[in-house]
Amino acid sequence: MAPPSSRRAGFSRRAQYGLFLGYVVAVAGILFALLLLAIAAIDPRGFAALKGAALDATAPIGRGAGEVGRFFGGIVSGIGDYVRAGSKNAELRREVESARRELIRAKAIEFENRRLRQIVGLAGEIEDEVTQGRIVGSSYTSGRRFATLAAGTASGVAIGQPVRAPEGLIGRVLETGRWAARILLLSDAYSNVPVRLTRDGTSAFAKGTGEPLIELRTLEVGPNPFRIGDIVVTSGVGGLYPPNIPVARVVRIEGDKALAAPVAEPGRADFAIVLRPYQPAADGPLEAGPRFQEGPVTVAAPPPAPGQANPATSPTRQRSPQYQPALQRPQAAVPGAARPPEPRR
Amino acid sequence: MSRTAGSRGAVAFRDLRRRFMPVGSTLAASLLALFPIVASRPLVPEFALLVVIAWRLLRPEIWPAYMALGLGLFNDLVAGHPLGQSMALWTIIFLACDYIDSRLGFRDHWMDWLIAAAALLFHSAASWYIAMLMGATMDFALYLPQLGVAVLIYPLVARMVLGLDRWRLSQ
Repeated sequence: MAPPSSRRAGFSRRAQYGLFLGYVVAVAGILFALLLLAIAAIDPRGFAALKGAALDATAPIGRGAGEVGRFFGGIVSGIGDYVRAGSKNAELRREVESARRELIRAKAIEFENRRLRQIVGLAGEIEDEVTQGRIVGSSYTSGRRFATLAAGTASGVAIGQPVRAPEGLIGRVLETGRWAARILLLSDAYSNVPVRLTRDGTSAFAKGTGEPLIELRTLEVGPNPFRIGDIVVTSGVGGLYPPNIPVARVVRIEGDKALAAPVAEPGRADFAIVLRPYQPAADGPLEAGPRFQEGPVTVAAPPPAPGQANPATSPTRQRSPQYQPALQRPQAAVPGAARPPEPRR
Repeated sequence: MSRTAGSRGAVAFRDLRRRFMPVGSTLAASLLALFPIVASRPLVPEFALLVVIAWRLLRPEIWPAYMALGLGLFNDLVAGHPLGQSMALWTIIFLACDYIDSRLGFRDHWMDWLIAAAALLFHSAASWYIAMLMGATMDFALYLPQLGVAVLIYPLVARMVLGLDRWRLSQ
């Protein structure tokens, strides 16, 4: 194919200037776009209005085609499941066995929990739910892992709120439009969730890798505490994610870290629930003592467990950003002891 | 199909089709990113990028390089990339194509494919780097399957664009 003649301006001054001006505009445009990128890197919330408007304009398309997408997504994962049927079967059998054991334990704990709640006189769990919405799309062509939620500021969604499915945590709200919001999924490489191992309370971080599995790292140096099949739940550290939402299940151990599969699959979840950020340290009463109690607490007056944050810590120190009561050494759970009901506000 | 336009309306339609088919098909390809799949890893290539490269290589004369700014902005907004990513990368690809055209006497299909593959590789590497700047450090190997699929699917997209171009210019 012959190269274009329009790129050869010939002797026409006008054509030469036009061509040159075109390149000037293009290069200036690249510089402008790089500037936009730099602004986005410094302040991820920049251009919120523009991006929110784009979300609003495009979300209905995904909503309409939602069923079609679910159908095709089901086919793709169905093929994958078929290929890995054998290993999947064995894995499921193991999982059912461990789940049965866990269930019995959970029932005992639930009973004890209810009893303790009655003693303290607490009402049932207050789920701080903002709204519910369908997941209508994702950034499937990019390396980042975002999803689009069909609920926005009109129904109370705000940037930073945690999002969960009935099964477990999905991520948090990153951008909002009026009727749609973009969610940062757990598997995105930017996502970092403080978690706790349900078996012994070890604190860890669940960091996305951009791949389906997320990475678990402990805060302490020492032997790898994770075992295959372990469940991690949110710990409530940092005040964003409410504690005790299931996050992931360990599927592989690698050196000093573990790889875990998220419990909630945003692709299959019908509804996502947007929660209020959990901020016990920020807006809870400080004189009530540290909220991140890991060990068993007596009902009357919670004494500080050894190694725990000292309630005498001055409020100013607690407010300082460096102060992290829950990052201290967690206690090993006493077998059979229930987690104390955490009073909310 | 009759070779002459029957009415004023038909003439207007053919004129619009001739003018706006490339832009329209690129915007439509951007909108494919709204398809409601929630993928757990990037595998599906970015169709808008493939379509824009195919149009640029097939019809170098229809678009000046700065046209990629607007198309890229639309793609960024729709696909949820950081604002400016497609704007910058697509324009750089267009400028590189202009440079190659000014150096190269002619291009054939294989050459087009090679140029497209290089452009796709550049785009993957740059978007990986931009994600890193935004705080999402990933393994570049994560992008390789998507890149492979994109390179292999390019001839198909080029055929589709060629078909659209034929229809666009048909009398």
